Amino acid sequence: MDKQVSSIPEAIADISDGATVMIGGFGASGSPIELIHALIDQGTRDLTVINNNTGNGEVGLAALIGNGQVRKMICSFPKSSQSKVFPELYSAGKIELELVPQGTLAERIRAAGAGIPAFYTPTTVGTVLAEGKESREFDGRRYVMEPWLQADFALIKSEVADRHGNLLYNKTARNFSPIMAMAATTTIVQSKRLVAPGEINPEHVVTPGIFVDRIVEVAQPVHEDTLIGQGRAYP
Amino acid sequence: MSIGWTREQMAARAAQDIADGAYVNLGIGIPELIAQFVPEGREFVYHTENGLLGMGPPPSEDEKDLDLMNAGKKYVTAAAGASYFHHADSFSMIRGGHIDVCVLGTMQVAENGDIANWSTGAPGAIPAVGGAMDLVQGVKQIYVITQHETKHGEPKLVERCSMPLTGPGVVSRIYTDLAVVEVTPDGFRLVELAPGISFDEVEQKTGAPILPPAR
Repeated sequence: MDKQVSSIPEAIADISDGATVMIGGFGASGSPIELIHALIDQGTRDLTVINNNTGNGEVGLAALIGNGQVRKMICSFPKSSQSKVFPELYSAGKIELELVPQGTLAERIRAAGAGIPAFYTPTTVGTVLAEGKESREFDGRRYVMEPWLQADFALIKSEVADRHGNLLYNKTARNFSPIMAMAATTTIVQSKRLVAPGEINPEHVVTPGIFVDRIVEVAQPVHEDTLIGQGRAYP
Repeated sequence: MSIGWTREQMAARAAQDIADGAYVNLGIGIPELIAQFVPEGREFVYHTENGLLGMGPPPSEDEKDLDLMNAGKKYVTAAAGASYFHHADSFSMIRGGHIDVCVLGTMQVAENGDIANWSTGAPGAIPAVGGAMDLVQGVKQIYVITQHETKHGEPKLVERCSMPLTGPGVVSRIYTDLAVVEVTPDGFRLVELAPGISFDEVEQKTGAPILPPAR
């Protein structure tokens, strides 16, 4: 079993127009820049993208959005220190937004990976974000029903991968990636290191390989903050 | 003339009310200062929603790690005994009632404990909520740190929030530049005045009735 794919374009080639794509990362932390930039190069359009934010500056996810390739964002916080791409498109009515509280977003993604079509959460009860949602009482407290959140693809950044797809991450770059890896039909990983099976202690595996489909080794991944600090834009 | 508490003093005062060994989540802004004022002999364990428990002090220039940040996108360190985890686990800690105290800033707090700190409700503004609604529903105690009034002299402690709620009836304590205020079943109650501040001044600047300290 060897899930390595030899190039990034090959890894993302079957992401087609209209796909739903989860992108790992919390802001810049853990963002798979090389995979995102390849998706920009490929020109795939009409995407629904699931991420905690909407990118920053004019690189990575912000560049994907700014290039007009995203029809809808599903996220918890579409603002950042240097974001103008999403606000401008949103104000012009050119991109849809589904705002999901961060914990609900995480659990909806996890539920999809876990085969659980819906769950109840106290989050949003008593607020405008609960409007129109089914709710129910459990033990005298009200909870809102939330459905799973599925995706065709997940773009993930990992620190170490083995050829079976077992993944390790790096510190707070982990964030949404393990649950997105579970949820998406096809999980595509860019990993800083690719090792042989057996080199990762089974005790330490964070994402078991069953959730992973394709791995590309990207030995020197660029960090979104670095690009923004350099004032870069993509393409 | 009013004196009141500085931001640092507000943070230090709030830190006094957090127990040794507490698991704490600090919101962005003044709450972050609490980490600098942990009382002698006490230890807090800081949770940051993007996947770190045991957040340590800010790093030196050499220590800065692009993959080690807090929820406010600032560089942090990991203290001894820290752990990393993914977002579903992070919000399990939050929503599942495992975190003892969350300290947040706010736009408004109501006398019944409602909090409005995610949206001004202004038409056309891009809505953004992050983890705030999860935090206020799940964490055991919600403390608020805020200036008593807005920059324009309007009260932030009000009868009912005019802005969209983050959560209903969730706040237990409020630390302002003028006072410490408790939210009780009978409304706001003064706990402590800042130096040089009178009860009358606090009463005037609060947009709801405020009871004197309990005897």
